[in-house]
Amino acid sequence: MKPTDISAPDYFHKVVDCQWACPAHTPVPEYIRLIAEGRYSDAYMINWKSNVFPGILGRTCDRPCEPACRRGRVEENPVAICRLKRVAADFKDDIKHRLPRPGPKNGKRIALIGGGPASLTVARDLAPLGYHCTVFDQDPKAGGMMRTQIPKFRLPDSVIDEETDYILGLGIEFKGAHRIDSLKQLLSENYDAIFVGSGAPRGRELDIPGRKEAAANIHIGIEWLSSVSFGHVEKIGRRVIVLGGGNTAMDCCRTARRLGGADVKVIVRSGFDEMKASPWEKEDALHEDIPILNYMVPVAFIHDNGKLTGVTFQKVKAEYDAKGRRNLVPSGEPDETVACDDVLVAVGQENAFPWIEADCGIEFDKWHMPKVDPKTFASTNPKVFFGGDAAFGPKNIIWAVAHGHDAALSIHKMLSGEDINERPLPEVHVSSQKMGIHEWSYDNDISTDKRFKVPHRDKVIALKDIRAEVELGYDLKLALGEAERCLNCDVQTVFTAPLCIECDACVDICPMDCITFTENGEEDDLRQRLKAPSPHHDQALYIADGLKTGRIMAKDEDVCLHCGLCAERCPTGAWDMQKYLIDMVHAGSTCQSKARSAA
Amino acid sequence: MPGLDPGIHAFLSPDQYVDGRVKPGHDAAGTAGVVMTYIAKPKFHHPGLKKNELGYTHRDYEGKISTLCAGCGHDSITASIIEACYELSIEPHRVAKISGIGCSSKTPDYFLGNSHGFNSVHGRMPSVLTGANLANRDLIYLGVSGDGDSASIGFGQFAHSIRRGVNMTYIVENNGVYGLTKGQFSATADRGSKSKKGVVNTDNAIDLVAIALQLGATFVARSFSGDKTQLVPLIAAAIQHKGASFIDVISPCIAFNNHAGSTKSFDYVREHNDAVNRLDVLVGREPIHVDYAPGTVQVVEQHDGSRIALRKLDADYDPHDRVGAMTFLQKHAAKGQIVTGLLYVDPEAEDLHAHLNTVDTPLNTLDAKALCPGSAALDKINASLR
Repeated sequence: MKPTDISAPDYFHKVVDCQWACPAHTPVPEYIRLIAEGRYSDAYMINWKSNVFPGILGRTCDRPCEPACRRGRVEENPVAICRLKRVAADFKDDIKHRLPRPGPKNGKRIALIGGGPASLTVARDLAPLGYHCTVFDQDPKAGGMMRTQIPKFRLPDSVIDEETDYILGLGIEFKGAHRIDSLKQLLSENYDAIFVGSGAPRGRELDIPGRKEAAANIHIGIEWLSSVSFGHVEKIGRRVIVLGGGNTAMDCCRTARRLGGADVKVIVRSGFDEMKASPWEKEDALHEDIPILNYMVPVAFIHDNGKLTGVTFQKVKAEYDAKGRRNLVPSGEPDETVACDDVLVAVGQENAFPWIEADCGIEFDKWHMPKVDPKTFASTNPKVFFGGDAAFGPKNIIWAVAHGHDAALSIHKMLSGEDINERPLPEVHVSSQKMGIHEWSYDNDISTDKRFKVPHRDKVIALKDIRAEVELGYDLKLALGEAERCLNCDVQTVFTAPLCIECDACVDICPMDCITFTENGEEDDLRQRLKAPSPHHDQALYIADGLKTGRIMAKDEDVCLHCGLCAERCPTGAWDMQKYLIDMVHAGSTCQSKARSAA
Repeated sequence: MPGLDPGIHAFLSPDQYVDGRVKPGHDAAGTAGVVMTYIAKPKFHHPGLKKNELGYTHRDYEGKISTLCAGCGHDSITASIIEACYELSIEPHRVAKISGIGCSSKTPDYFLGNSHGFNSVHGRMPSVLTGANLANRDLIYLGVSGDGDSASIGFGQFAHSIRRGVNMTYIVENNGVYGLTKGQFSATADRGSKSKKGVVNTDNAIDLVAIALQLGATFVARSFSGDKTQLVPLIAAAIQHKGASFIDVISPCIAFNNHAGSTKSFDYVREHNDAVNRLDVLVGREPIHVDYAPGTVQVVEQHDGSRIALRKLDADYDPHDRVGAMTFLQKHAAKGQIVTGLLYVDPEAEDLHAHLNTVDTPLNTLDAKALCPGSAALDKINASLR
């Protein structure tokens, strides 16, 4: 194998698995260390810069970082990254003075359609640069789906108000209760750029017999949640069936439990494990006495002269074809009718752009989605950009934020007369953490604690009040314990071959048997010869040559604990622990050059 | 030098481990006024680590974290002993590790944390080991010593334990200097080699391998701490050998003997290493399948029926010829070469118990009557001597 080029910005970035997995590339270990130090405001600001909504995401994020967390590869559970983010938000001091100040206006006007996470991210990135941003939303307050679709018992209004206010306070014009019904009209108002962050606002229908007749008691999940959010709906029948297996279904069933649903069931086509809902959301639903029934496909709504009485399901089973694809086939069991008073349909969301006229210069694909460049987020109309669910269909808040950053960069480049396809490289800082013998500027001792549970409000109380937040968040003691579980994967093991005397001290001390000195070879062969098995080929091998014996150093990054013992044991300083920080490029980042600091 | 003075480090015993829920933080620094701390080696291990016949991973054969200097050759020998015991699926409670004084003699604390151990007086490891062995012949005896401990103060002890044929594995961690007292030449330092300060050694060196051969050791090997692929099988074979096994392991002292002019530095040993053979495979009692060219592999069957396969690097070298081995050693030493490998093995070796015709069972399993047969028996013995 060729020696690893550790100066490539992505190499060490991939080793910080959580950060690499985060669409917005939040520097996770960096803020977790700050939490451990009690510097909550600093931890918050690092998050705020990357993901814009730390308090909101700390309660609702889909957590792509946690399955990636290295800790999950060395023991049962990853670090509770998401809930630590909430700790930073909960315990910070007043941070208003740390927010960017609106700069002098540059005279350019941006219209942003939809007041959700994507638009607000674009506005936050652009407003400090002097752009006049106008955000339009059909609802009176900003937040979009974060406000209308996520139940208050998961995300209180106060948190949404606080974090949307930070952004709107940057001199952004917010036009609430102002629905955009014509893009053509907006285009004629001569904005310099338009950003479409209108989400995926339409709940998918379930067109089976009885749908029309029993319509009074059949509700589309996201619309119903939104009505609950605005207080238009305050109760539901005693027996409720929720159709669908995603996170919206989980929100629906738990909301129903709080509005009079005593007997609430979630009924899903697929198996339990393949449900789209996050494992912890399923867990929360089960905890609130909501059974989840699987492999049942709804075939008809049963009604008595228009009064819904139940839903009939066909029983199916999973079969796998030669290619390993799953098909749901009838199991042969008789159909089952489940009695109910109300049904909530949460079987998916769709985009809808009835307000974009055909002659706006925006092309759509065969799925009626706008053609959007996945890198620049530009549409076929050079002035119009898309992001969030509006761009590529329903995803999560953190994706909308990531899209927003990239779209803002495109808008800024376009309006500065630059090529939006040329994306500047991020700036990388790598610095030694050595403070002395056996002394590092990070806590390298590895905690053996298991993942700490987030305290919940008592179930009886929680189910009585739809606005009572269920999760109470970590207290400081728990937060500290959980923060200590982080393995500091951003503190990299950096090897300098010319200093190495091949004494094997690092090999002997490494608790995870990561390091091998051996003859070079092709990757597959080399992976066979490592000191410990190397099953994860997506995890890099760090290769260094130039040793006196002609061998190479091969380090499997897979399960490295970043404990620094290799560097403590190295008599010549050939190993060093160096902190890797990557500054993702946002609109207006100071370093826009191709030159970057050597890693 | 990192870790040189053990007095300035504070060590965490596992039971002192601070619970994140109580008081997150990683050490007790400050409580004892210590300057710095080592962290304990994390308990996590690679999830795919192999297990031996007993269900143990090699991590289960570790001891406490080493307090030697970073990069010390002795730590590699420690790792090799761990590996050999893991590969042989030895039950840790069946091992007695015995040492004297010195850097090397500290190391038994760093491996086989669940074995018996005795850290004896300087140079007295062989006597303590001999006594323990006589009392309980069922244990596996691992004597760990250094060049000061064995070639100076304990030279006589070393000699007598070898010539008596005590069933043991005697490992000398040989770095040619007194590391604990800041690097004076030891008795194994080669004449003409230079100290770190530039002083040339004018005394002749003791070659412990040559002495062990002369004194009748039945398993004699030399190896290098920087070459575990050679060292681990040698230690494993020595443990299986029934008789006096002696391994001289050159182990560079990173603090005082790893400079140009030293003959025990990593660079010098790598350049002058003349391996006569490699013990690539330890085959136990299984049928042997080795895919080397015919004539290049020699199979040695040990007394207990276990077999080792030796890959010859020097076609003419015969590890069953004691006199040949001594000559070979002297000739190559004169050329400045360091001969390594399995230098001599007597597969039919006998041990001290055989020579003394002692009872087969360990003394601790004999009852009081057998151990103290009474005055009548004593009278009988006395009478036979009159």
